[in-house]
Amino acid sequence: MTKKIKLSELGSLLGGDIEALEGVKIEGDVEIDLGQMGMNPQMAYALGHETAQMALHLMNISRILGYPIDQVLGGQQVAAPKKLSKLIESKFSVGKIEEWKTPIQEVVLGATSSDGGSRKSTITLGGEKSLPYYFDSPMPHRNHITMDVFDMPINMAKAVKSNYEDVINSPAEWAKKVVRDFGADMVTIHLISTDPNIKDTSPAQAAKTVEEVLQAVDVPIVIGGSGNPEKDPAVLEKAAEAAEGERCLLASASLNLDYARIAEAAKKYNHVVLSWTQLEINAQKELNRKLMKQCGVARENILMDPTTAALGYGLDYAYTNMERIRLAGLSGDTELNFPMSSGTTNAWGAREAWMTASPLKEDSDWGPREYRGPIWEIITGLTLSLAGNDLFMMMHPTAVQVLKEITQTLYGLKETEPLNIDNWITAVV
Amino acid sequence: MKVNSPLQVYKYLPQTNCAECGEATCMAFASHLIDRSKKVEDCPPILKEGFKKKYMELVTLLAPEIREITIGTGEHAKRIGGDDILYRHQLTFFDPTALAYDVWDTMPENELVERVNKIQNFRKFYVGKFLKVDIVAIRCVSGDALKFAAAVRKVSDITKLPLVLCSLDPAVLKAGLEVVKDKNPLIYAANENNWSEVSELALNYKVPVVLFSPDLDKLKSLALSFGEMGIKDIVLDPGTYPQGKQLKETFERFIKIRRSGIKEGQKDIAYPIMAVPLNAWLVYKDTVTASYWETVLASIFTVRYGDIMILHSLEPYAMLPEVHIRDTIYTDPRTPVKVAPGVNEVGTPTKDSPVIVTTNFALTYYTVESDLSSNKINCYLAAVDTDGIGVEAAVAGGQLTAAKIKDTFQKANFEFKDKTSHSTIILPGLAARLQGDVEDVTGLRVMIGPPDSGRIPGWMEKNWPPKPK
Ligand code: B12
Ligand code: SF4
Repeated sequence: MTKKIKLSELGSLLGGDIEALEGVKIEGDVEIDLGQMGMNPQMAYALGHETAQMALHLMNISRILGYPIDQVLGGQQVAAPKKLSKLIESKFSVGKIEEWKTPIQEVVLGATSSDGGSRKSTITLGGEKSLPYYFDSPMPHRNHITMDVFDMPINMAKAVKSNYEDVINSPAEWAKKVVRDFGADMVTIHLISTDPNIKDTSPAQAAKTVEEVLQAVDVPIVIGGSGNPEKDPAVLEKAAEAAEGERCLLASASLNLDYARIAEAAKKYNHVVLSWTQLEINAQKELNRKLMKQCGVARENILMDPTTAALGYGLDYAYTNMERIRLAGLSGDTELNFPMSSGTTNAWGAREAWMTASPLKEDSDWGPREYRGPIWEIITGLTLSLAGNDLFMMMHPTAVQVLKEITQTLYGLKETEPLNIDNWITAVV
Repeated sequence: MKVNSPLQVYKYLPQTNCAECGEATCMAFASHLIDRSKKVEDCPPILKEGFKKKYMELVTLLAPEIREITIGTGEHAKRIGGDDILYRHQLTFFDPTALAYDVWDTMPENELVERVNKIQNFRKFYVGKFLKVDIVAIRCVSGDALKFAAAVRKVSDITKLPLVLCSLDPAVLKAGLEVVKDKNPLIYAANENNWSEVSELALNYKVPVVLFSPDLDKLKSLALSFGEMGIKDIVLDPGTYPQGKQLKETFERFIKIRRSGIKEGQKDIAYPIMAVPLNAWLVYKDTVTASYWETVLASIFTVRYGDIMILHSLEPYAMLPEVHIRDTIYTDPRTPVKVAPGVNEVGTPTKDSPVIVTTNFALTYYTVESDLSSNKINCYLAAVDTDGIGVEAAVAGGQLTAAKIKDTFQKANFEFKDKTSHSTIILPGLAARLQGDVEDVTGLRVMIGPPDSGRIPGWMEKNWPPKPK
């Protein structure tokens, strides 16, 4: 990117009659190499280039005459050559963000016996006063992970499925396994068999499954419908009743179903509503408003899912949507300052996560898919954690483990021996 | 950048609409200055006598808050920095994070060559282009200037990618610079101890230089001092600690530096930032664990303000997410990602070739198109105008309908009777529910393909040509 300028141009830039200036005579049209650093007067002197010396001279004169010469040359400081014998002392400082005045709502999931539930402990999300892990204000609660359990065997990527083959027919055993072996903070029971196009299981039957899961584990739980907008309200109502007082997360209320029924069930049986919209900040605002104003759901009973798209499949939308929602919330939008949840499992929809190899011959080798899947889930979740996501719905045990490690590190929970990195250049790796 | 609308910029232009810049009007040119697809110098009249004041003011107004610097030369040169915002929805991030992968001077030559080739040949197709990596970082592990110079020579012989020369020993850096002095490499690094000698190298060889210190007072002091010495092509390395509290502090330093540069206009420290995810390998030795953690670090610092990073793992499961997360963050949120609607030929279709329907969402279209062409499937591919929405969302949202599909072929004057022997179209698996409608509206036979276009080749084997009715 060598910038070149002709001396005559310089003359005209600097204001006309410079050639006539006393003692300076320009002959011919010499090109001056402004190089990578713009005009470099030290070099010029050092090398003794006549033209460069002349240019420097011209510039100095121009500066005296009041021309903003440094700006012409791309903001270069064209100070007299200077050799420092010691570093210039300096103090770094930076302010905090004044606009972040509104904290994110705190929401408690799960209820212990003293609060009318049967969970061993509860989980609190939200409360942030800044973007996640920022120094402006420490994050009050760490991120949490809830792992997926299904009420019937479903299609899963091979790398995921191999972890669940032994429990695939028993939601209770499956739930136990994710808590005991994989460190899940919570369990999500997806009642997908209730979908009329799948098994059309009755709401009563679904409610029994929820009871079994509540008995199998003592962590707070999420109750998920099948995603069928006609059936879900009835299923979630029954499930909510069966889990009365447990402060479960009901997933989900959305604009394309009868959200009022789900809100009602949450109020009646003491649960939290997941307000789910599809990658659209205004739709999220609208649904939250409706839940509060029209359905009378209390602020401390709302969580949002603004939708997760996988890395390479719309994560740019999902990330920016969440970041905008969080920034709006912190800056005073009280229809958006709720904790967020992500269906991070969606990462497995990306072909990079599950296909054996690239369908394109032109691609470099994709390598073994067992390693691609979990990292796809991790990076999808991690990116959203930086945008402000609080709760992650996940599937692969390795992904859960790594995401926990990194989010808890950034949160400040991980102590390690201090490491010296000064010599990374010579490290043998 | 101190301006944000074409109108503000227009005031500084000659306003003659002479079109010498290649744009019809000064206003059109102004909007290109705002979106940075053109430079002020592309307007010849403004460089002439009489406009100098406006020219100078405009250049200052348009300069990005974070200094933009270039590494390497020619078509592979990489620009880094150049940002004006803290969050991508506010405009867009410029100059995607440069990904540098390491080699070292104690590698046997055949391994060195193989590794460099792996780096420069890496490619992943995505939305009509290949995602690639950018830079080779050469580490001096031997401590021997001659050995380092030899490695630098070997690498520069076999790749045009820009280089980072890594050593804290000025004599070693000098030996490397002598070999590639015309190639504008980045030198790593000046620190509290060697800054005086390294600053001389940066000046004499006119190359960009990294300043290293995890102490922000000292880092600023280095930047200030280098600036004072006339060195402005600076990259800041505030130290990338791979774990624990030190990693948390690393994260905070990245935020602090970028916030001071963009929000507070602290020019002394408004330079591109370097991350070194490679440091994951200082704590993890097992390849999978180290590669995973390195990818995690790379992702954090792609999202939060790393402009260039040095990486080690060449495992595909590390490189694929790394290039994708960079693309995610640097994709311009202002441009709709669509292709022109119409009926396109893939390969050399004949009357017996299939006719395939998809949407004009760029991600969808290019994925399908590349799946077909890479597998040498000759066909017609119709991009229906769904306003740039993918298949599933367009079916749900009503942009992909039977009428739209019919319309696409009509507008393209695509007569099934003339062009095909089968009068059949294939719909995406995710648009299966449109089958009946499309049959009614178009009178064509409608087949339903698999949900993922990557499976079309296998599906074709079983289902194509269609059985006669
Ligand atoms: C990103 C996204 C959006 C973005 C869309 C951006 C865009 N430009 O497309 C936005 C935010 C705009 C959006 C909006 C909506 N969305 Co949306 N969205 C998604 C998301 C997260 C990813 C979709 C995607 O980009 N996939 C990647 C592309 C490449 O896939 P594709 O186009 O389908 O192409 C593949 C296949 O179809 C196939 N293929 C393509 N062509 C062909 C051709 C042939 C012949 C064959 C064989 C195969 C084939 O191969 C391709 C590559 O794999 C999905 C959830 C998910 N799946 O993760 C939901 C999803 C698609 N959305 C959904 C919905 C409901 C909506 C909304 C209606 C929500 C609302 N209530 O407002 C709106 C509709 C908006 C509109 N149409 O105007 C639902 C659809 C449910 C359904 N099945 O009906 C989904 C599945 C989410 C869900 N689980 O509910 N969405
Ligand atoms: S070259 Fe300059 S003056 Fe001519 S149209 Fe373009 S911007 Fe306007």
